[in-house]
Amino acid sequence: MFEDVSIFLNELFLERLNYVIYVVLLLIGLHAMIAKNNFIKKLIGMSIFQTAIILFYVSIGVKEGATIPIYLPEHDPHGEQAYATGGPEALTVEQVTSYANPLPHVLMLTAIVVGVATLGLALALCQKIYQGYGTVEEDELMAKLEKEDASSRKPKTHPAGKSSSKPEVSSRARRSGTNSVGKTTAPQAKKSSGTRKTKAPVKKATRKSDQKKGDSK
Amino acid sequence: MMENSIAWILLFPLFGAVLSSLLGMANRKVCWPIGVLSALGAFVAGIMTLIRVIDSPDHMVVYLFGGWTLDSFPRGVGIEFRADLLAILITLIVLGVGLCVAIYSKLPVKEETPGKEHFFYPLFLLQITGLAGICLTGDAFNLYVLIEVAALTGYGLIAMGSKRAAAATFNYVILGTIGASLYLLGVGYLYIKTGTLNMVGINEFIGATEGLKESSTMQVAFVLICLGILIKMAFFPLHAWLPNAYCHAPTATSCLLAPLVTKVMIYVMIRMVLTVFGVDFSFESTLWSSVLPWLVVIAIVSAAVMALAQREIKRMLTYLIVAEVGYMVGGVWIYNYYGMVGSIFHIISDACMTLCLFLGAGLILRKCKTTRFDGLRGLFSKMPLTMTGFFVGGFSIIGLPPTCGFFSKWYLITGAMVAECWEYMVALLFSTMVMVVLFFRLIERIHLAVNESGENLGKGHGDLGLTKEQTRFSEGPLTMLVPLLSAAAVVLAIGIYNQEFVNLIEIFLDPFDLPGEPLIK
Repeated sequence: MFEDVSIFLNELFLERLNYVIYVVLLLIGLHAMIAKNNFIKKLIGMSIFQTAIILFYVSIGVKEGATIPIYLPEHDPHGEQAYATGGPEALTVEQVTSYANPLPHVLMLTAIVVGVATLGLALALCQKIYQGYGTVEEDELMAKLEKEDASSRKPKTHPAGKSSSKPEVSSRARRSGTNSVGKTTAPQAKKSSGTRKTKAPVKKATRKSDQKKGDSK
Repeated sequence: MMENSIAWILLFPLFGAVLSSLLGMANRKVCWPIGVLSALGAFVAGIMTLIRVIDSPDHMVVYLFGGWTLDSFPRGVGIEFRADLLAILITLIVLGVGLCVAIYSKLPVKEETPGKEHFFYPLFLLQITGLAGICLTGDAFNLYVLIEVAALTGYGLIAMGSKRAAAATFNYVILGTIGASLYLLGVGYLYIKTGTLNMVGINEFIGATEGLKESSTMQVAFVLICLGILIKMAFFPLHAWLPNAYCHAPTATSCLLAPLVTKVMIYVMIRMVLTVFGVDFSFESTLWSSVLPWLVVIAIVSAAVMALAQREIKRMLTYLIVAEVGYMVGGVWIYNYYGMVGSIFHIISDACMTLCLFLGAGLILRKCKTTRFDGLRGLFSKMPLTMTGFFVGGFSIIGLPPTCGFFSKWYLITGAMVAECWEYMVALLFSTMVMVVLFFRLIERIHLAVNESGENLGKGHGDLGLTKEQTRFSEGPLTMLVPLLSAAAVVLAIGIYNQEFVNLIEIFLDPFDLPGEPLIK
């Protein structure tokens, strides 16, 4: 009985520790993606989730005592032996066992690229959401969307065109508020007259308010 | 050209995407012609491949990329594209819908996302590449990459709409990534057990190895892959991403994605069940075939009821898609020959009729600036051709005889009867009745002068209570109208020539030995 348990534990924590870690990471990632309120935290969860799968695949390809899949000098398929025999020969089964399987790693290179693309796209989406609604918190966004829906349902005229009218006003008001803050913090902005220059302090101000938000949390 | 026709299917849209992105930076006007031409080229290559597949003795065309051979056992390295009858039929649907929407997209893209043509068309063409590749590939990992190609471009296309679309896309990104990652994980488990990624190779290995069917690793792989695909195809409890994403997407995007993405994922499920895991393992070694029909019933009924609650055409249509996904999943999992024929035929017909409906909805939206039901009064006298096309799609969704929807539903119901899966049959009939209510309610709004609460606004027969100005004939532009009408014609044509399609599907299904012998032959 105790032997069985010890064998099981041995297998779990020594021989297959990487698989245990991959499952734990997978679940952490999944939890963050589903349960977290902040979009950025969801994306962090997504990265952890994908990394866990990469760990799983790399674990498949591990072979103890094996080397990278580049011909060892003693096998020498392109060297003098090859010239003597008239071309590269296929390795024997015994020779093949000294190399690690490269395929899982190669697959994961592709998966990493896919993961990077997804993350980049999702971050761009976050930026667009923040520009549109001024928040990256899911509950705040939902409240704003519901308000938008309600305002689009009331008037009988075109809801598709008008749906964005109300929140835009509020966001504009918010922007003008931050603008004044920006002006007080950065007096040199008064001189600038172009729209491009006046935008810069706004960005600074929102960034500052973001930091404050983060600090307070 | 002929022997490489499978590669051309992908190369046309792929290089079209690069071209339209590069040339589009200099001049936005060249994007649309490049998009249409590359979609057309791919469609022609698809038809050539179909002819080759039908002509070849074993109804299969194999294309090996990079000249790798697959002689060893289990099948070795190298990526293989296999076009059997099922694959090429679904590919042709993808390419046909792509061509239709490419022509249609000229004005909507210009009006809804002005100045972004050189972003739209590359993504559009890559989406077609991804979807066609999913259908053709014979490699499980390659399938994952192509799923992600299609998904990533889809996210981009949807998010191009309003800021509301960005919020909807974010949910789609999260759920889509979970789905694709679960699939990838399942492929990993398959690879542990079989040592190959080639679909046919995996199947051969499962058949040749004792005890593999009972292995729990295989069960885990199967569950993970199925779960991943079910999320991707918006099967009912996992459908949350779909309605918002398709509603708020730009018109041309929703016309391309709505008919294709969910259907292609159902194709992937059929491919996994039949080709990769094999019929024996999928239906007999797992519990899914006893659980899924009930889930399907819940899915169909709740999606139909939710569709009934909508007051806006586009939103209603998205819930119809969710219900239709339930039909097709059910057809696969009742484990019956007719169910499978119906399922495959329904993929084809549903893609055409959903295309019809979304193209029509796009035209309505453009004309009326709304797709809410109360804004549609008197629309038939204003744009009769559009509404005819729209309702051909609608009648096909209901399943009225000359349209293709009738025949696919016929096979599904026959399958349910032969398999004695009565709950599925009742769900199908229930949702059919709901669709009758949905579309005849729309017809009432459009043809008769009744308002939301049923009061008559006109003065007697034929009077809509509108001024002459409001009902004056004004159809949409030709670039939008022609795709809609040709889609409607295709819906009717597939219905009339249904036997040809069913014959092809039967040839494909012949070697799989599904239960349920023909009732009448």
